[in-house]
Amino acid sequence: MIKEVYITETNCITPIGFDVAANIKNIDDEVSGIQLHDKPMLFNVPFYASIINDVDLNLAFAKVTSATNYSRLEKMMILALEPIIKKSKVILNERTAFILSTTKGNVKALENQKIESAYLHQLARMVANFFGFNTEPIVVSNACVSGILAVSVAKRLIQADVYDNVFIVAGDEISKFIVSGFNSFQAMSDLPCKPYSINRTGVTLGEAAAAVLVSSNKENAKIKVIGDGSINDANHISGPSRTGEGLFRSIQSALTEAKINSNQIDFISAHGTATPFNDEMEAIALNRLGLENVPVNSMKGFYGHTLGASGLLETVIGIESVQESKLFISLGFDTIGVSQPIHIIEKNEDKKIRYFLKTASGFGGCNTAVLFEKVN
Amino acid sequence: MTVNKTYIKSFCTIQNNQISLNGEIVFDTEPTVFSDFSKKAYQHLEMNYPKFFKMDNLSKLAFLGAELLLKNEDDSEIENNTALVFANKSSSLDTDVKYQDSISDPENYYPSPAVFVYTLPNICLGEISIKHRLKSENSFFIFADYNPEFMEKYSNILLEAQKADKVLCGWVEYYKEDYKAFLYLIDTQGKLEQNQELLKKLYKQ
Amino acid sequence: MEALKQELKSKIIEVLNLEDIAIADINDDDALFGDGLGLDSIDALELIVMLDKDYGIKLVDPKEGKTIFKSIETMAAYISENRVK
Repeated sequence: MIKEVYITETNCITPIGFDVAANIKNIDDEVSGIQLHDKPMLFNVPFYASIINDVDLNLAFAKVTSATNYSRLEKMMILALEPIIKKSKVILNERTAFILSTTKGNVKALENQKIESAYLHQLARMVANFFGFNTEPIVVSNACVSGILAVSVAKRLIQADVYDNVFIVAGDEISKFIVSGFNSFQAMSDLPCKPYSINRTGVTLGEAAAAVLVSSNKENAKIKVIGDGSINDANHISGPSRTGEGLFRSIQSALTEAKINSNQIDFISAHGTATPFNDEMEAIALNRLGLENVPVNSMKGFYGHTLGASGLLETVIGIESVQESKLFISLGFDTIGVSQPIHIIEKNEDKKIRYFLKTASGFGGCNTAVLFEKVN
Repeated sequence: MTVNKTYIKSFCTIQNNQISLNGEIVFDTEPTVFSDFSKKAYQHLEMNYPKFFKMDNLSKLAFLGAELLLKNEDDSEIENNTALVFANKSSSLDTDVKYQDSISDPENYYPSPAVFVYTLPNICLGEISIKHRLKSENSFFIFADYNPEFMEKYSNILLEAQKADKVLCGWVEYYKEDYKAFLYLIDTQGKLEQNQELLKKLYKQ
Repeated sequence: MEALKQELKSKIIEVLNLEDIAIADINDDDALFGDGLGLDSIDALELIVMLDKDYGIKLVDPKEGKTIFKSIETMAAYISENRVK
């Protein structure tokens, strides 16, 4: 008998709210976190991005602790985790793991030559010690799938009876490093990003932290994790496969494990970065699986691309969709701009959801798909 | 979940200008910088893969190790479902620092996309997947030190859950000329049974 | 123009790390992308940076790169016409 695995607690720290309820309220009202920012420290010309307000962040952090020796990203991550650790009452013993997902962590420390702080295990140690975890932190750093891959890793570790509970925090912040890099790839949109639209020109960057508790304990379960896959395109290190091969196979792997057919999926929270190639690739992969009529959204219109946080943040929001029986709008979408038909959610609407699919893809040719089932 | 026995099919270590395969030295050079050592190793392995020279040092290190263990595994007739489970301490920090240098002087601000793309540790998994046509499970982890316990458990999970037929595990650490790669191929059959004690011993060799 | 072409060949080999290729291996009208030198999308982005850094040319539309980077011939012609350094 294979163990069942659930997500029992969720939280997120984003520009549109410091808890799930505030985020959902803003999504309901179609309020995006993306704004025009004039920050020469980050980029030489004004640019659109979804950035957390420092004053708000510091105020919220001061309510949790009087400690001041934490980086901005560490504060975001601690704030995301703190309420769910407290609420869950899970004992942080050797059966409780801590996974931290990020693509670039404290890379900002390099601006001040603080090499030691830029180590990801150091970041994990800082956050772990704040809460007193008793197991060695597991850091997942697998480009833009990191956040959702962590859910898959947690589920697998629980199924193999290595742990009973796994707290995951996923976070990334906007830095000069990331903005200049995406810009050098000609991958940044001049306007707020428009996933799957004909006039999309690239990503809008964002920052966020999200946290969940993955558990073998069904009590308080919000959703069940029923299948996953994380398969490489084996095609190119920066561009996605034109046929969506890795994503196609990742979803297939998740479906096989969950023992359901693709036509049972009720809702897809896709990656939708709004680069021409990514969105096209996703449309192809979804069509190859016969998923063209399943309602799909990208949350990037609300949050921008939050890199290693995105997969987990969008899972947190997707879980709310399932629980509230609500499909959320794919903000920024106007006219379909991918070669294969897909069913983009154009307005907030009610729908009963049993099976929910979350996907992500990233540099290095990586893809991850995780399937969830509503808990009755 | 019951975990059946799994086996180390082959293993290799790259450190101190030396490559060893299954415990025997197969290539070494006089002390030199990594770019020179890796180029000589590439020539020794007769790879004929010009893209090698576009990679950053972390990817070169991982790529060389994977080549040693996978070149006899590649079968053009059938698809190999060999998962990649890699980890290190310094992530892509060596290239991160190089990239940061290219953007820190406003007078000389020319961010390079070819450098930026390697500021992710999992790019080396992409490079290996492309070369060996591995459309398979892959993930990159960061730990303060080589973590045989996690690697053993996670590779066994992938085999047990039938997410992969074999697993290539790798500790690939590179920061400022300080490097060590320890890669090994895990299979469900073999002679050398995988356990944490053995992994620790082989890592230290 | 001849000197510029030679300069471009040597720069391309260096910037794009074309280890196994010598200046003499590149003909002026060889295709740089696809079957020719086999450059890819990241190389194209890197050439855009090179235009900016070494010749002061900022490509407004990256799609322009396609015609400019067709061959050494087309690159040299574009650079000599538009360079500011």
